[in-house]
Amino acid sequence: MKPGQLKQILAEGAWRQNTGLVVLLGLCPLLAVTGTVINGLALGLATMLTLMVSNLSVSLLRGLLKPDIRIPAFVLIIASVVTVIELLMHAFFSDLYRVLGIFIPLIVTNCAIIGRAEAFASRNAPLPSLVDGFATGLGFCLTLVLLGALRELTGHGTLLAGASMLFGESGRGLTLTIIPNHPGFLLAILPPGAFFGLALLIAARNAWQARKPAQTVAPLIVDRHET
Amino acid sequence: MSGKSHPVFRSGMLLGLIALLGTGLLAGVNELTHERILEQEKLRVLQQLNEILPASSYDNDLLEDRIEIENAPSFHHPEPVVVYRARMHGRPVAVLMIVTAPDGYNGDIRLIVGIDASGTVIGVRVVAHRETPGLGDPIETGKSDWILGFTGKSLHNPQAAGWAVKRDGGEFDQFTGATITPRAVVKAVHNALLYFAANRQTLFSANMDREQAG
Repeated sequence: MKPGQLKQILAEGAWRQNTGLVVLLGLCPLLAVTGTVINGLALGLATMLTLMVSNLSVSLLRGLLKPDIRIPAFVLIIASVVTVIELLMHAFFSDLYRVLGIFIPLIVTNCAIIGRAEAFASRNAPLPSLVDGFATGLGFCLTLVLLGALRELTGHGTLLAGASMLFGESGRGLTLTIIPNHPGFLLAILPPGAFFGLALLIAARNAWQARKPAQTVAPLIVDRHET
Repeated sequence: MSGKSHPVFRSGMLLGLIALLGTGLLAGVNELTHERILEQEKLRVLQQLNEILPASSYDNDLLEDRIEIENAPSFHHPEPVVVYRARMHGRPVAVLMIVTAPDGYNGDIRLIVGIDASGTVIGVRVVAHRETPGLGDPIETGKSDWILGFTGKSLHNPQAAGWAVKRDGGEFDQFTGATITPRAVVKAVHNALLYFAANRQTLFSANMDREQAG
């Protein structure tokens, strides 16, 4: 693999085809858990790990998988990977596991993962597939963190609250109180705040893209295979 | 079909193989994490209990010394109430009851209610709830000190009429914009005290497993 190709995969996954902001896949967990930065970061990392492992496994098995059984095979692989991550999180980050709750097992249903398996990993070599999983996961994770930061800051006036759940006792000092004596802005914390926040982020990204007229608008779905 | 096996059969075998691999992986990881997960769960319960009752004030194995009260009508909830019993040198120190307030704004609120041997509340904590963030969640210790106000109360302090929120003529504060949540918690703590007063002897007796009590 050439370094140029690697850079392109990274840019595609993390920015041009950003799962949360451009392709708009996996919105359910994205909207549900982004009440705080730490929740977003944790689910983002779990999703990123899932993407990398599932992309790698699918790519390694791509010679064996006939088109007619590829989807059930992907589902089996992804479900196994997610369950392993769930068990590990329960054992080693049990506070976080309780906060994220149902959204850990629901990573299985994040369309972005099966989407990458189908659109990329099933027709590329293991290394590019792994990088693609990393890039897509990174883009998703960054979106979650950004939205979490936006909502936590406006809703609670803090950043990184509950960092000890992810980083252990040493994480307690990481919590930043940006706005002291913040009365709390309920709208940002409740589900509507997630929609407003996501809308603002998408608008901001589009505005950024619009300043560079040379680039064409990215297609919504990359699937050169069917339809 | 030639001498080779049918493609559907081959596909099925392949899927089966992947399922087998996945299952093997999961079984292995489960084996590795099982003990630790159980331990973490125990530790969490113990931490919550010790927040109300310091570990130095009892000498029995709190998590093992538990009973379940089923179908107790005074709790207004179908789920059995778990009671942990703390003892020092064999003498009763306190009970920690996991009770459920069924009438929160968004359904059940699960609480630990600690009551010492004389019938005084030593502490109340919320274990789980779905109340509205910002309105009903001051019942959490992280959000406000409201729930600490129960400490030191008993059936005679205040009298029965005082066991309500101020809007209902009682002596417990409600929150701005939320009366239902604190009302449900006050009621649940009061019910736990009433139950304790009526069943004090049996609650501490060695084996009350599965006994019906009301």
